[in-house]
Amino acid sequence: MDTCAQLVILTLAAGTPLVFAALGELVVEKAGVLNLGVEGMMLTGAVASFIVTADTHSPWLGVGAGALAGAALSLVFAVIALTLLANQVATGLALSLFGVGLSAFVGRGYISVVIEGIKPLSIPGLSDAAIVGRLLFGHNPMVYLSLALFVAVQWFLHRTRTGLVLRAVGESPASAHAIGHRVIALRYAAVLFGGACAGLGGAYMAVAYTPSWAEGMTAGRGWIALALLVFATWKPWRVLAGAYLFGGVTLAQFQAQAAGVAIPSQLLAMLPYVATIVVLAIISRDATTIRLNAPASLGRPFHPE
Amino acid sequence: MSAAAIPPEVRMRPRLALRGITKAYPGVVANDRIDLDVLPGEIHAVLGENGAGKSTLMKIIYGVVKPDAGTMQWEGQAVRIASPAQARRLGLGMVFQHFSLFETLTVAENIALALDAAEAGSGLPAKIRDVSRRYGLTLDPARLVHAMSVGERQRVEIVRCLLQAPRVLIMDEPTSVLTPQAVLRLFDTLRRLADEGCSILYISHKLDEIRALCHRATVLRAGRVTGECDPRRETAAALARMMIGAELPHPRHRPPVAGAPALVVDGLDLRPDDPFGTTLRSVSLTLRAGEIVGIAGVSGNGQRELLAALSGERRVARRNAVVLCGTAAGRLGAAQRRSLGLAFVPEERLGRGAVPEMSLADNALLTARHRGLVSHGLIRADAARSRAAEIIASWNVKTAGPEAAARSLSGGNLQKFIVGREILQGPRVLIAAQPTWGVDVGASAQIRQALIDLRDAGVAVLVVSEELEELIETCDRLAVIAQGRLSPARPVAETNAEEIGLLMAGSAATPERTAAARRP
Repeated sequence: MDTCAQLVILTLAAGTPLVFAALGELVVEKAGVLNLGVEGMMLTGAVASFIVTADTHSPWLGVGAGALAGAALSLVFAVIALTLLANQVATGLALSLFGVGLSAFVGRGYISVVIEGIKPLSIPGLSDAAIVGRLLFGHNPMVYLSLALFVAVQWFLHRTRTGLVLRAVGESPASAHAIGHRVIALRYAAVLFGGACAGLGGAYMAVAYTPSWAEGMTAGRGWIALALLVFATWKPWRVLAGAYLFGGVTLAQFQAQAAGVAIPSQLLAMLPYVATIVVLAIISRDATTIRLNAPASLGRPFHPE
Repeated sequence: MSAAAIPPEVRMRPRLALRGITKAYPGVVANDRIDLDVLPGEIHAVLGENGAGKSTLMKIIYGVVKPDAGTMQWEGQAVRIASPAQARRLGLGMVFQHFSLFETLTVAENIALALDAAEAGSGLPAKIRDVSRRYGLTLDPARLVHAMSVGERQRVEIVRCLLQAPRVLIMDEPTSVLTPQAVLRLFDTLRRLADEGCSILYISHKLDEIRALCHRATVLRAGRVTGECDPRRETAAALARMMIGAELPHPRHRPPVAGAPALVVDGLDLRPDDPFGTTLRSVSLTLRAGEIVGIAGVSGNGQRELLAALSGERRVARRNAVVLCGTAAGRLGAAQRRSLGLAFVPEERLGRGAVPEMSLADNALLTARHRGLVSHGLIRADAARSRAAEIIASWNVKTAGPEAAARSLSGGNLQKFIVGREILQGPRVLIAAQPTWGVDVGASAQIRQALIDLRDAGVAVLVVSEELEELIETCDRLAVIAQGRLSPARPVAETNAEEIGLLMAGSAATPERTAAARRP
């Protein structure tokens, strides 16, 4: 029974970086902006949080620094793509490459540094009680933060007026502008939010999940987050499910490697990526769902008048 | 007329006054020193053909576009309207020609977006039902817009404006998407609004409608005011003279000499690729050599799907569902159908009819590969250029020359070029979709005449259009498409606008009627 609870906890832990990054990018794309720089923003967030944690010994300060670093990088994207109207795909790709390089450069001196990261909750009497106690109270605090983010994004998009305006801007910025909404300002806000979330995803990996710093430690999760959105047809709960599927298969492939299964480890390491995309691609083939949820203006620059 | 109910001194002072409004775009002055007065409670027409500057002027009033010069007065006070939000706060409402609705949102969400946060609370659906009942505009607030017909979408736009209790309502070409019956219903609503004191700015190029509805008309031509009048006292010919500076041209007609069937569609069923599209249901049509058949209908009733199935962009499962010049063509692609003698003028000029960035010479080449412009896979550039020059000369296309990019041409000139290119193929069947949409009167007349001449030369011509008058004027037989079904084609002489309008609204099972039946 105990291993069962452990498996759930580890699955959520492995899927959480994707939850952060993909939910942030979900808001960005719902506003009609395609920021392909998620991987770069995650790594920048990871290195910033690790450095701040190592220097201040406060992992929560580090998490804040990670979010800020992600947002700062996304601001660069916003200025180039939203104000200067550069091609969003090219700008996003450049941002990813830049973020990868920048994080590697800044983090050179921290590769074998050991830090005290954020530990899973341990509330006496609850977290160690029965299986239910462990499932409810045994996760890393940042996992709860990601779940709160999920609820907040879902609520924001479908229950608030600003969320409604955001979806409208994503479908038709010209119409939204014509009825008097501030398209560019809203897109800026969405891009910054997405950057902060990607930064949080990176920070989670650096100060809670591993905790350590290694070059390129997000290992393509930023790209998977982008793919996840498409195959989850921009629905938050499907993003969550896809992220945990990814986490579960990641876990399974670690177990298989540990058990010495006679499959090359490189092939096993591919599994989470392949499984996530195949499963989501199969469940998201309904064209009407895609049309209703995909932001129609995605990636197209908008200039008022 | 309840206009008498309003005291004369209030009626005299314009609610909205424009003085010297000027707006220039690169290469064209859209508005040149325009003066306009709108009185309380009047229906004021702004009349002009496509490109006269009507839409630009309305966008300036509504704060979407900033004028280069000129002043505006609202209730006697000088104002500068910087944004649509400010225009709405003043009491201006606008129903756009191309709707500003969001397809993936519901009616209530669409309306909430245009209101202030305070008004868009939880009581909104009830308010929507209330206003829609009061003005006879049936609407279900919970429906998603993408599933609605164009007429219903227009109702959403109107209700959205009415909820803000506007004092000036701008209607930009509101009837271009409506059936003749729906137009009458819209007029009732507008008259009721005007009686309540709301001013209406009614933008149109349709003379009969303006004469039936409006109290006053300001006529624009090439960005300038060319006249102001009471349209109820003017003849259509007099209005046309003010609008285009000449009499309305009428095409020459000869009795049709229909020959052998050139295009036969037999029981065509087709599911659309686009989930928001229309399913075609057993569409049948026989088009003979030497006749023009028109397909009328409100857009979004299957025209796009039918045209794709006819042009070959979409292949159909059954080979015999489309027979082109005696060959079962259902499974053939567009190029194969073209080599059988099909020519096609699509609705979207830029992007489908022509490649915007490419030169006219290259565009001429694209549909004429087998006519000496290509040898051994290499382009014969001089042949393509002279082909383009030939089209430009014979159609009097205004352009810098064969090397000009398609994008640089005005709508009318590009359309002339595309029609000319297709006719030069020497087709046996020509399909034209919305051939004169957004085209000025002169070019429209030229294109219609070319279609008629083509018919007289023995070509089978199919015209798909939303402009009923155009179809009645040019076609020999008319069919109506509604909800993916095509009515039998009937000789134009044996039918009339009312009858066609009823067919356009669909059979007994139209959404409008079921909605009306559900009402207590």
